[in-house]
Amino acid sequence: MVPQELKYTKEHEWVRIEGGEAVFGITDHAQSELGDVTFVEFPDTGSEIKQFGSLATVESVKAASDIYAPLSGRILKVNEALRDKPEIINQSPYEEGWICRISVADAMEERNLMDASAYETYLKESG
Amino acid sequence: MNYIPHSEQDRQEMLKVIGIRSGNVDELFKGIPAELRALSFDLPSGKSEFEVERYLKSLAEKNATDLVTFVGGGFYDHYIPAAVDAVVSRSEFYTAYTPYQAEASQGTLQAIYEYQSCICRLTGMEVSNASLYDGGTALYEAAMMAIHITGRNKIIMDGGVNPIYRRMMYCYTTNLSIEFVETPVTHGQSDRNEIDKYLDDKTAAVILQNPNFFGAIDDHSDIAEKCHKLGALVIESVYPLSLGVLKTPQEMGADIATGEGQSLGIPLSFGGPYLGFMAARKEFIRRMPGRIVGATTDRAGRRSFILTLQTREQHIRREKATSNICSNEALCALRALVYMCLIGKEGIKEIAALCMNKAEYAKQKLEAIKGVEVKRSSPTFNEFIIKLPGDPNGLIGKLIEKGIAAGFPLGRYYEDMTDYMLIAVTEKRTRQEIAMFAEALEDALWS
Amino acid sequence: MELIFEKSRPGRRGVTLPAKDVPAACEVDGRYRRGRDAELPCVSEPGVVRHFTGLSKMNFGIDSHFYPLGSCTMKYNPKFTERIAGLEEFTSLHPLGPQLVRGAMLTQGALEVISNLGSVLCEITGMESFTTQPMAGAHGELTGVMLIAAYHRHKGNRKKYVLIPDSGHGTNPASAAIAGYKVRTIRSDTSGVMDLGEFKRSLDEDAAAVMLTCPNTLGVFNPHIKEIADLTHKAGALMYYDGANLNAILGKARPGDLGFDVVHLNLHKTFATPHGGGGPGAGPVGVKKDLIPFLPVPRVIRRTDGMFALDFEEPLSIGYISPFYGNFAVILKAYAYVLLLGRKGLIEVSESAVLNANYLKCRLRKYYDIPYDKDCLHEFVLSASRQSEKGVHATDIAKGLIDKGIHPPTVYFPLIVKEAMMIEPTETESKETLDRFVEVMIELAALAEKDPGVFKEFPRTTPVCRPDEVKAARDMDVCSLSG
Repeated sequence: MVPQELKYTKEHEWVRIEGGEAVFGITDHAQSELGDVTFVEFPDTGSEIKQFGSLATVESVKAASDIYAPLSGRILKVNEALRDKPEIINQSPYEEGWICRISVADAMEERNLMDASAYETYLKESG
Repeated sequence: MNYIPHSEQDRQEMLKVIGIRSGNVDELFKGIPAELRALSFDLPSGKSEFEVERYLKSLAEKNATDLVTFVGGGFYDHYIPAAVDAVVSRSEFYTAYTPYQAEASQGTLQAIYEYQSCICRLTGMEVSNASLYDGGTALYEAAMMAIHITGRNKIIMDGGVNPIYRRMMYCYTTNLSIEFVETPVTHGQSDRNEIDKYLDDKTAAVILQNPNFFGAIDDHSDIAEKCHKLGALVIESVYPLSLGVLKTPQEMGADIATGEGQSLGIPLSFGGPYLGFMAARKEFIRRMPGRIVGATTDRAGRRSFILTLQTREQHIRREKATSNICSNEALCALRALVYMCLIGKEGIKEIAALCMNKAEYAKQKLEAIKGVEVKRSSPTFNEFIIKLPGDPNGLIGKLIEKGIAAGFPLGRYYEDMTDYMLIAVTEKRTRQEIAMFAEALEDALWS
Repeated sequence: MELIFEKSRPGRRGVTLPAKDVPAACEVDGRYRRGRDAELPCVSEPGVVRHFTGLSKMNFGIDSHFYPLGSCTMKYNPKFTERIAGLEEFTSLHPLGPQLVRGAMLTQGALEVISNLGSVLCEITGMESFTTQPMAGAHGELTGVMLIAAYHRHKGNRKKYVLIPDSGHGTNPASAAIAGYKVRTIRSDTSGVMDLGEFKRSLDEDAAAVMLTCPNTLGVFNPHIKEIADLTHKAGALMYYDGANLNAILGKARPGDLGFDVVHLNLHKTFATPHGGGGPGAGPVGVKKDLIPFLPVPRVIRRTDGMFALDFEEPLSIGYISPFYGNFAVILKAYAYVLLLGRKGLIEVSESAVLNANYLKCRLRKYYDIPYDKDCLHEFVLSASRQSEKGVHATDIAKGLIDKGIHPPTVYFPLIVKEAMMIEPTETESKETLDRFVEVMIELAALAEKDPGVFKEFPRTTPVCRPDEVKAARDMDVCSLSG
């Protein structure tokens, strides 16, 4: 189940680019590997992020997984709903379970991301 | 050998299963290359329990334990009820490992949960961990926690914090870039002006102690208020028994409370094992070091206890863990819990009052001696300092000959206090012993 | 079971305090007084004792159960050493005693115990001096890495990394990081030991130390250890020995002879002091000559007149690791243990520990996968990968063992083995106990084939079954403030 319209990172983040902004979260594969999510540690809104730099942590009972920025930019918004209900990430990783909305600093960085079919191949190869 | 059950026949049968026909156990070690075998292993031969006991008792007798002691310094001679020893000698507790398998460890887990609860009730804080090694490492861990929470690296440490802990703090942080400022104690209490001078928006935390090393009590609420305005945290190191009467870290606005739990039913034992406790505001729980037990329910909805928030810990997070601590002081925490349950809500108030009153009586007795000055610039708990006409070391030596450990010479840790001595009085010291101490001190000074 | 707070009734108490024999002369001023009482429970002594005895019955301990928890060395804890540690001449000693004038004279026996244990540990490990200050294994690791840092700083070396194999205990990278180093993780090769090629590529002038457990967590003795030590020293780095697995090699090999510069030992593992449900332990650290100047203070020394004393005057010392001399009661128990066993007894410890592990491994080989099936020493790692294909995971087998009255092995560690079950029987278990364990493990393997679904109901014999970890992490109910 890999949505076609999204871009992906090797660290299993997805990103939806909407003009000068982007929304991202973790993929269905990532949430199922992690198990029941118990906590999300967000970056401060307004902070600058670098592509592939670590910026948040998603925790389950057995692991804490770093989340890496798919693109450089600035944090505009974090998904406040996850503070009380982190399990939304398990239930709806691509929709309700988004993690951050950012302003995109450099649209060219999109080249460094995978499209859905490349990600699917990547999953098969690494699985 | 008593503890290895194998007979020669067992051994041979087992070797046969493994496929070693020679019957030589040493073949199991063939993975260790011959040139890497032990060059020496020169140890005495084993002995019977009786022989070892005789020898170790002969060493024990070289220690003098019949002294009437007024030495404290953060480590106190309190009475330990027999039931504390009885409970911790249940081998189901003391021969168990860390409770990784919840179903096989509900006893330990519930006890730790109750311990955490008692520490929270005592300090007023919202969350507690399952224990750290001692009061000093607890204070260091709290400082590291504050540095991570605030993202700052400056620590202000009050001069009234136990000097042993301050030395430990410096030792641990040698390789890290942390800026320390030490502020003096003035008229017995934390020097507000000095703290203000250094407190700024780069400060991660101010570390305070109550009662401080000199036994003086304080109310740090005003310092906490200033810290919070600047986004700095307050770490308060406390003497748990004093919390029977004294203002709690929470009431003073502390963010993290730590301390040495030895006074809660743990023997002095020449320095350990002791008990470091740590409690904090709930919002900081994910930055806490060490194990934490949480309550939950099982399949059938029954109340259960389990190690929780383990993703903070080294076995999962490895180099990114909040701390490297693995083994803690669980059995000492159990001691402290049983002690707190036995002494109870009324008992802890009474014991605190008793210690304080006895110390006050000692002050009166000692200040009646010519040349002895009791420092009364601030109220104290069960420990106080006296000024003598000169270096107290000679006096301490003389009193030891009379069976009294008079106190601790402050010159050891404070260069400008060479004529001062720190004196602690617990509920174990009788009126008669205190009078005897005063008399012996007077004799030593003037005859 | 009810919480102790739920058993509290106003007016009950478990302790009578000594009489007030002095005039009540002081009251705490209101501004220093707590506003509300500390709500400690009010319970009678019999109530307290019954509560905790009840709790104790919900635990597995070594005295009641076989406890083959890998890397934890859960061996029998001799009752004798408990008696010795309880002698009043030791328990009542104030640690500041020897820091008073003439005070050392009052604590000669205790100082001698510390000094003697240090000497014995030197001979056992082939090191040249020991500090008993560290209060647990991980605390020893931190001390050891700090000694290494002090050594490099003194020599003017700029070092950045500590090299650690991926099979290492989690405390290793955590300790290195806390001491201020970055960590380079080295993969294991197909035989389960640190990959020599990758190690060589990672070792450069920035490396401060290599931290190894030997034998490692798979129970495998690294055959290249000498070469690793030589290369490490050539690069100007030091060798750190994690002593968690020393129980495998007593009298057979010594870290000092293998080229290690710093070791920590876990007295609560190899030296049979009880683990207390999570501690206290003790983690003394031994070093070679070049590192002695950096050891913590105070040090226990023997003066020329034969008396024991404390030495605070060491200009290069890293300082105070512990408030005093370490967990003295644990040190004392370990010393008593060494005296009881002696040279031959200690060698027998390792021989029997290794015999027991190999015996179990041979008997279980048919029924479970063994990913790194090399000669093992004191422990080995099975994988439940075959069973997990049927939906029965390592944790399910663990819960099945609990129902049979056996404490499970360490599960899901080391991280390099999927569905890992790390088994360390120790030397104090009889052949009958091992045989029963084998039977139970075979039975569980058969059950995994036949009726895998039933495992989800295990354990059935314990007070609780599979507490909800997710709920615990989300609710964060870590203390009770009611009742």
